[in-house]
Amino acid sequence: MYHIISILDFSREQIDALLEKARKIDKHIEIERSLEGKQVALLFFEPSTRTRMSFASAVSRLGGTTICVDSVEGSSIIKGETLADTVRVVSGYVDAIVLRHPKEGAARLASEFATVPVINAGDGAGQHPSQTLLDLYTIRQSMPLEGINVGLIGDLRYGRTAHSLAQALSHYHVNLFTIAPNGLELPETIQLELRDMGTDICECAEVQDVIRDLDVLYVTRLQRERFPDSATYVNVQQSYKVTPQLLSGVKDHLIVLHPLPRAGEIDPAVDSLPYARYFEQARNGIPVRMAMLREVMQ
Amino acid sequence: MNEAPPRQLLVSPIKNGTVIDHITAGEALNVLKILGITGTTSERLSIATNVVSRDMRRKDIVKIENRELMTEEVDRIALIAPRATINIIREYRVVEKKGVEIPSVLIGVVRCPNPGCISNTDEPIESRFEVVEKGLRCYYCDNLITRDIARHII
Repeated sequence: MYHIISILDFSREQIDALLEKARKIDKHIEIERSLEGKQVALLFFEPSTRTRMSFASAVSRLGGTTICVDSVEGSSIIKGETLADTVRVVSGYVDAIVLRHPKEGAARLASEFATVPVINAGDGAGQHPSQTLLDLYTIRQSMPLEGINVGLIGDLRYGRTAHSLAQALSHYHVNLFTIAPNGLELPETIQLELRDMGTDICECAEVQDVIRDLDVLYVTRLQRERFPDSATYVNVQQSYKVTPQLLSGVKDHLIVLHPLPRAGEIDPAVDSLPYARYFEQARNGIPVRMAMLREVMQ
Repeated sequence: MNEAPPRQLLVSPIKNGTVIDHITAGEALNVLKILGITGTTSERLSIATNVVSRDMRRKDIVKIENRELMTEEVDRIALIAPRATINIIREYRVVEKKGVEIPSVLIGVVRCPNPGCISNTDEPIESRFEVVEKGLRCYYCDNLITRDIARHII
């Protein structure tokens, strides 16, 4: 049985094949109805809007139906049931499980106990492979992934999307430029791994120093709770803000991505510039998640 | 005339059991912890720490009477004592001598230091780590332990 748990489980060939499948679905080159007559459980034990909605939409477009759990309160978890038991029971109801859970490794555990395929829709601060794949898909719409210059800016310590994207990009020999506030730098263990995989990492103090060299600027959210007080948060947020002024003189084909929701990291004035791709990126969640569902249901 | 003091064995030989020699100095108690041997278990133990060694300068030695350790048991100690040698003793004679090999997967040996990891909840699973070049990687949350592994032993 095939599960999608972590981007680390993917080879470059598997990523390329899945992105190509998503492209064919997106361009209506292939009509996919692989979930006709099938039911998928969306087990969301943590709040989510776009991931849950786009998975629901993807299932429906593939001809399937969904049954949902939207919170811990609405589930038997509150009665003390283990996740292992929950997925064993739900496996008997459906043909696949999409799981979002606050604990890291929850999806891996679920895959051990489920008797149907499991797709990880985000486990705590851990993996969120569908986000990574749609990030890659969005970049690939504009340029080949091989050897590009990618800037990661924001909370790179706790931002799981940045970690997974960097890990996936390591298959493509990219040059990474990291720009993070003090204390929120990319964790040492991840840097070590990336370097081992042949990725060049350059830690930069100011985004201005590198912005003109970048092909992709990936912006992540700065969370207020990571800062000692509001004043520090506001100061840092202002200095990391992506504005039209910052983007003057950049490469014509630069794209700015953000996993959304944003909290002031990107000036709304950037939305109308040709570099802004974050809403398209969110929309790409549909073909990518359709391709993932099709993959596990094969 | 100054006579050299008679050579003495620091710990007396054992009749039957296991001698773990060449343990990294200071790790003897952690070795016992990994093997699940505590003060409340029944084995008779002799422990020597910081013994002078020709090869290692200093080493620890553990002797366990009347218990022959299995390969799977001793391989777990390779994490903290990669040069350890295991001697199985019967009737005061070494009948088997072997080194330790780091296993590729460790189940139930190390606790994941990530408090958000699902393996630290009451789910019906044991901790599981893959042994990789840089250290140990949690099978569940991908967390990598690169140093101070002994501190995370269950």
